Amino acid sequence: MRLISEVGDWLDQRLKLGAVIRETAEHPVPRETASWFYVFGSAALTCFILQIVTGILLALVYVPSAGEAWNSLQILNHGISLGWFIRGLHGWGSNFMVAIVLIHMVQVFLFGAYKFPRELTWMVGVFLLLMTLAMAFTGQVLRFDQDAYWGLGIGASIASRVPVVGPWAVKLMLGGPIIAGATLSRFFAVHVFLVPGLLIAFVGVHLLMVLKLGVNEWPMPGRIVRRATYVQEYHDLTHKEGVPFVPYAVWKDVFFSAFILLSIAACAVFLGPFGPGGQPDPRIIQTAPRPDFFFLWLYSVLSFLPPSAETPILMIGPAIGIMVLLLLPFVAGEGEKSWKRRPIAVLTILLTAVMLGSLTQLGLHTPWSPVMDAWSSLPIPSEYLQGRTALERRGALVFQAKQCHNCHSLDDMGGKRGPALDRVALRLTQDQLIRQVIQGGGNMPAYGKNLSPAETTALVAFLETLHPFGNPPASNAAHDVVLGANADGSTSARP
Amino acid sequence: MTTANMTAPNVTAPPGVSRRAMLVKLGMLLNGIVALILAVPIVRYLLSPVSHARKTGYESWLSLGGLEQFPTGQTRLATYRNPVVNPWDGETADIACWVRNVDGQKFQVFAINCAHLGCPVRWFPQSNLFMCPCHGGAYYQDGSRASGPPPRGLFTYPYKIEDGRLLIKAGEMATTGSPTANTTSVRPRCG
Repeated sequence: MRLISEVGDWLDQRLKLGAVIRETAEHPVPRETASWFYVFGSAALTCFILQIVTGILLALVYVPSAGEAWNSLQILNHGISLGWFIRGLHGWGSNFMVAIVLIHMVQVFLFGAYKFPRELTWMVGVFLLLMTLAMAFTGQVLRFDQDAYWGLGIGASIASRVPVVGPWAVKLMLGGPIIAGATLSRFFAVHVFLVPGLLIAFVGVHLLMVLKLGVNEWPMPGRIVRRATYVQEYHDLTHKEGVPFVPYAVWKDVFFSAFILLSIAACAVFLGPFGPGGQPDPRIIQTAPRPDFFFLWLYSVLSFLPPSAETPILMIGPAIGIMVLLLLPFVAGEGEKSWKRRPIAVLTILLTAVMLGSLTQLGLHTPWSPVMDAWSSLPIPSEYLQGRTALERRGALVFQAKQCHNCHSLDDMGGKRGPALDRVALRLTQDQLIRQVIQGGGNMPAYGKNLSPAETTALVAFLETLHPFGNPPASNAAHDVVLGANADGSTSARP
Repeated sequence: MTTANMTAPNVTAPPGVSRRAMLVKLGMLLNGIVALILAVPIVRYLLSPVSHARKTGYESWLSLGGLEQFPTGQTRLATYRNPVVNPWDGETADIACWVRNVDGQKFQVFAINCAHLGCPVRWFPQSNLFMCPCHGGAYYQDGSRASGPPPRGLFTYPYKIEDGRLLIKAGEMATTGSPTANTTSVRPRCG
């Protein structure tokens, strides 16, 4: 014990850090901030440290070469003892880090912590969020599988839409004309050197400002932030009724960080590492690329933007979003901090959460994508075929053979791209069905040139049987009048 | 001698440019010039993927194999090795494309990349459609847009036939800005 204190004294005589560290640790913080709501910043830092450590461990084995990366991941998963666990820690750590950074941001926003004098702390935080997302995306690329390959394709396609410099941007991003070795090398450099270096620097500045400006006090409704008086008020709050950060507040940070680390480890053990998926061979086109969880909402957005507005929205949307976040403390730098008196702030959070949540949910199910093998793997329910005429059954065959099932579901099986057809005969008359099949429209391809007249007749005859028992199919009331009493509206009247 | 005494002469230095302040400024100027001199090669190094494209281009004519592999009226998957490769590119330099033999004389060679966001489109000969697994883009057999989010038809490679072999001019990933985007992709519908 005496030896330790002697060594400590020897070091402190030279480093002169002891007083500074003690002062930092025991700096007074507002009493109410010793709260479980204030643990997310430190938890994000814990995740970041875990990512650095596990990242270095993975780099001991990983080969950042397009020809070898996938194999080296297999070695990590199967050939090296507990390599799968380190990959699991790194992968789940990344998901936890994004989630905790987002929660931290929501807490800071709702508690008004971005207001004077902590504007710059917020802005640096915005950059930290962007860098965290950049790490998540580049990390997905380093897991060099099919999803990574085609994910890069999506990135390059977006970059190519930039006016004027688009083709340059693609080549700079890919490091050459195609997604290949040079691409992986530069994403490795960005993921391992560039962004982590920036992250460390920005985290340092972020923390320094938290210490210099003090942690945001618990917002009280009616306690208004004013530039002229805030600093004095905060000083009184911390020095008259404040408590030292260590140990009053820090124990919750420590416990929560341990809980998060344990959760990450549990996910790594029980759910395992992420992939890698199929080999990054562009000749294998039987693939449905999906981004990682935190980019699914973006993936959904990209399927809903109309073609005419897509490029401008892709170019301007992110810039506007980032500008709004950066300018927030200048627009609302003073005033009420409590979420109880900031309904618009609460609504913004709820709206954003609902929006991202539903887009992510859609991204998990991709109702806009055809089910590529529905036509050959999902049968037509037998009750739709019982008691049907030969023509109608022939139509059901056309329905399968022409891949209608890929986009249209029957009895909840099949694609969700187009409307379900279980009751289509109630919605469309025979004429409308024929027109829709032949000319397409409403986001459906025209099948006029791919169907013979006989096939069309059979298909429409089948579609006309798709209505609930007892509900007659839709019919054109003018039909009888125009064609006279002889027309009975049956398929036999069709050419 | 105390610290205060040591710095005293500077505090009382006459206003105007002192020799030392002048030297510091000169030194900073010198560093600025050095930084500029170093920046030129660094920027050129970083821009090499772009300058390579401008100088020599990435594209060249390459063979997809004999015409007998592409029966008349059908659309078949073909693959080629990208002309510009590094030894460590592995399988990523093997690129796929769709070859449509329109009538035995006329061909269309489509890039595998969807014109929307580059995912690999799949050909369905039964319904004569290309479908994309990502965001549901669909194209007719001539590559023109059928439905979904793509803003245009499929990208096509220029082709020629020599000695019974089908050659295409390729070498860059097909995107809005690549050379394939400028060739006419939406031709009059055939068949």
